[in-house]
Amino acid sequence: MISIKGVTVRSGGFSLQNVSFEVPAGGYGVLMGRTGSGKTTLLEMLCGLRDVEEGSIWFDQRDVTRLRPADRGIGYVPQDRALFQTMTVRENLAFAPTIHGWSREEINRRVAELAEHLRITPLLGRSPAGLSGGEAQRVALGRALAARPKILLLDEPLSALDDETWGEMVELLGQVRKWTGVTTLHVTHRLHEADALGDRFFRLAGGSVTEGRVGDKAS
Amino acid sequence: MIRGDRWFYGVLGILGGGYLVLIVAMIAADLFYTTPKHLIESLLTEEIRFAVYLTLGSTIASAVLSTFVAIPLGYLLSRASFPGKRAVDALLDIPIVLPPIVVGLSLIILLRTVPGQWFQEHVVDILFQWPSVILAQTSVAAAFAVRAMKITYDQMSPRSEQVAMTLGCSRAQAFARVVLPEARRGIVAAFAIAWARSLGEFGPVLIISGATRNRTEVLSTTVWLELNVGKLEAAVAVSLFMVLIAFVVLIVIRLAGPAEGVGKSVRP
Repeated sequence: MISIKGVTVRSGGFSLQNVSFEVPAGGYGVLMGRTGSGKTTLLEMLCGLRDVEEGSIWFDQRDVTRLRPADRGIGYVPQDRALFQTMTVRENLAFAPTIHGWSREEINRRVAELAEHLRITPLLGRSPAGLSGGEAQRVALGRALAARPKILLLDEPLSALDDETWGEMVELLGQVRKWTGVTTLHVTHRLHEADALGDRFFRLAGGSVTEGRVGDKAS
Repeated sequence: MIRGDRWFYGVLGILGGGYLVLIVAMIAADLFYTTPKHLIESLLTEEIRFAVYLTLGSTIASAVLSTFVAIPLGYLLSRASFPGKRAVDALLDIPIVLPPIVVGLSLIILLRTVPGQWFQEHVVDILFQWPSVILAQTSVAAAFAVRAMKITYDQMSPRSEQVAMTLGCSRAQAFARVVLPEARRGIVAAFAIAWARSLGEFGPVLIISGATRNRTEVLSTTVWLELNVGKLEAAVAVSLFMVLIAFVVLIVIRLAGPAEGVGKSVRP
């Protein structure tokens, strides 16, 4: 579960005021808002990359407000994916398990499992530099899921994809949700994306978040 | 290239080409002034061989030290916010903009202060000894290396290291596992720039190291010494050898492929 209670964060002249919302365990929340409304700032705050001035953040009954990003148990896919360019796809997928001290056998098993589910097995030996947008997105998703996080945070993950790849990724995200049961917060500005994926909808405008039905989002 | 643009690029080529002609003409003049036989004879003299060895050793040591300073300092200047950051940034320009002789003068005065003398008595004797060559070269070269590393970090998105932190890394682990490997080309460029700058260092070396043969003489001071005793052929031979070394280093920089801008905006 993701629970944000009365959070305020400031960044330069921009601020989010008294933000509260909740995504239930295993749920798929979609946060929408216009460009520049603070969606990425909010996601960075959940990741622990920005300090919270007031309020608290809870992941699965655990107060993570003051925890380092490393200790929050999250998977994060930023808008630009930020794949590690000096590593192969396999090494990208193995990164988090390696940091968490898994054994070599466990890591290999997990990488193979992820690659199969995300249909990227043929890419494992390749460098991220040569991947298409859809392939890179699958790898970024696999890297975020590798250490079995309870919370998945996606920042505009489908924004740079063509229509065909977009459809494949929407289907894949649905499958990942069923497979992992991970609680997800997905940031987007596209109404049809929210409609296709979400079961809880939030709108960020004027520095605060309101919850609504999917049809309310365009307002 | 669009056909209609050719005249434009042609004019640019003519305007900039004169400088290229000057560089080639200088090297050609040096080449025609001496013969391969004379070049080899000059380079095989005991004093010049010593200068070659000291130059290679001291410039590599200076480049290593400069890179060692530049990797953390460049990162701080690129990523961190702290009080006095602008002052630190300006301070780093001082060795770059000051006349080299002023750097040398400042170093010799520093070494003659009470702490400087204590350091020399209890840690390592510097003034007019070979360590002074490394100190003189590093004091200037490190500033160039820091600039090169800062540009490298500036061009790298912080997002990769942020993602690494969400995947379980501490800030230090993210730096070691993600930032440094991604900055490797910039590190090579910073090393090469510091090395090339150290190779050409003359003023500070002359002031705090002197130009004692078989003791503190490096190739830049060899050229000066040979000129002073009227051996123009030997001075030209050493100069050509330095051109050759510099050329090799610059080729290495190109092959290492530093990020766009590195080594262009900061040139020794």
